[in-house]
Amino acid sequence: MKSRHLRLLQRTYVVLIFCVMYLPILVLAVFSFNESKSRTVFTGFTLDWYRSLFTNRMILSALALSLVVALVSAVVATVVGTMATVGISAMGRKSQLLINNISYMPVVNPEIITGVSLMLLFVFLQNCASRFEALPDAFFGLPTLLIAHITFNLPYVIFNVSPKLRQMDSRIYEAALDLGCTPRQAFFKVVLPELTPAILSAFLICLTYSIDDFIISYFNCGTLQTLPIAIYSMTRKKVSPEINALSTIIFLVILAIILISNALDSRRYKREQSLGKAGERR
Amino acid sequence: MIKSKAAASPYLVWMVIFIVAPLLIVAYYAFTDASGSFTLANIMAIGRYSSVFARSLLLAAEATAICLVLAFPVGYFLSRLRASKQHIMLMLVMLPMWMNFLLRTYAWMSLLENNGIINTVLGFFGLGPFRMINTAGAVVLGMVYNYLPYMILPLYTAMTKIDDSIIEAAQDLGASTLGTFTRVLLPLSGPGIATGITMVFVPSVSTFIISRMLGGGANLLIGDLIELQFLGNSYNFNMGSAMSLVLMVIVLLCMSFTSSFDEQEMEGVM
Repeated sequence: MKSRHLRLLQRTYVVLIFCVMYLPILVLAVFSFNESKSRTVFTGFTLDWYRSLFTNRMILSALALSLVVALVSAVVATVVGTMATVGISAMGRKSQLLINNISYMPVVNPEIITGVSLMLLFVFLQNCASRFEALPDAFFGLPTLLIAHITFNLPYVIFNVSPKLRQMDSRIYEAALDLGCTPRQAFFKVVLPELTPAILSAFLICLTYSIDDFIISYFNCGTLQTLPIAIYSMTRKKVSPEINALSTIIFLVILAIILISNALDSRRYKREQSLGKAGERR
Repeated sequence: MIKSKAAASPYLVWMVIFIVAPLLIVAYYAFTDASGSFTLANIMAIGRYSSVFARSLLLAAEATAICLVLAFPVGYFLSRLRASKQHIMLMLVMLPMWMNFLLRTYAWMSLLENNGIINTVLGFFGLGPFRMINTAGAVVLGMVYNYLPYMILPLYTAMTKIDDSIIEAAQDLGASTLGTFTRVLLPLSGPGIATGITMVFVPSVSTFIISRMLGGGANLLIGDLIELQFLGNSYNFNMGSAMSLVLMVIVLLCMSFTSSFDEQEMEGVM
């Protein structure tokens, strides 16, 4: 009897926590359909904010910029990071430790420090450049934004791919060499396919971090606006339920992605299970 | 296995230019004045902002403690569920994290405002209105709300490794509920607690958006100060660098504290 009460209490508590976690998102979604601009009184149903969202130049161009920056930085970080993982694995233990510790810096440092330190570097470079009149004056913008994003994405690639590389059986690679592959062929035909899942997941992590990043971009974007920065400037002005409409769409997109990937996962899991069972029966 | 150190060279160059050099430049700016000569004035001047630093540390510590207390039962509950259910519940924990934190914090603005939703609802019952936004409490709430998943997830991971039979054994051997909790469950979740504390404390102590959106002007934090030095009205890179350096030291201290705790616990478990 006592344990049943306890279980009920536990459940109520967890449900309550989840309610609080989803309440703000629900509020955002409900008020995206509000007729008036009020954020607190619901006056009537409308889809106008969604319509005006899709004609809002600022938001659309910010979204485009976010996607471009995320894609380019994720591709560069994944390629450079994967190469780095292979190279680092060939090094001695001491250099590996040193490199890993430095690579951890952007991960453990507060984001504001990564952002500020990169900004200082760019200011410094700009000062140098203006002395030599070699580089354009307007330095802050797409290049700095891309460099910043690649910088904070790189460690995630390295820390995702290097465990996979370590786990890999080195004899597979040696076998490929013995069977007449050049080292280059062996790498592209044997090692890389083995690493592909880890590389792909690192790429996806980079994409999401990059799209979501506000703080580091904020210090390094110049006058450009990525989506989070556009959202920030909208919250400063305290207007327009367009921002609610935008959040609702983002939430639904994320939900859809998670549900689909989940469904795929569980299907693959089931297939593997049934294959395993078939194997046992045989 | 593959003998090609050269493959790492693009990254090494990148690392030196964009990770090491920027941090050195921060240190350089922190110890020089506007003309570039060595000075300790920036570090000394931080004393003037000691109230801001104290507030940051206090609010972040409060948020971390609240997160720990709130997340502990959730982590335990999740870790005792059937595997299939655990998967769904974990998704539910992580889903809000995928929303940009600006949007989540913005939602709390409309909830907490003086004529906001909470006050309107309370008004129906003849309560309030309460002043909630632009208080230190609102800032703590924002931190707890934004970073709670960072506490739940490591706790859950640590607790999945605790076998049910250990808890049952403690109970069989006569430990009370409280005894089981303090002498079995709590020490065994130690690594999760340590990770959770760092993952909540570090972003909380360095935030500047949450304090600005929910705390109004009266609740400046370290992050706000730094931002003001670089992009705001104060515009003093040297001062901002000195503050960043101090913030980095605070974070490092916090991490070395929790990681030493972590190692001790691990030894205890072994």
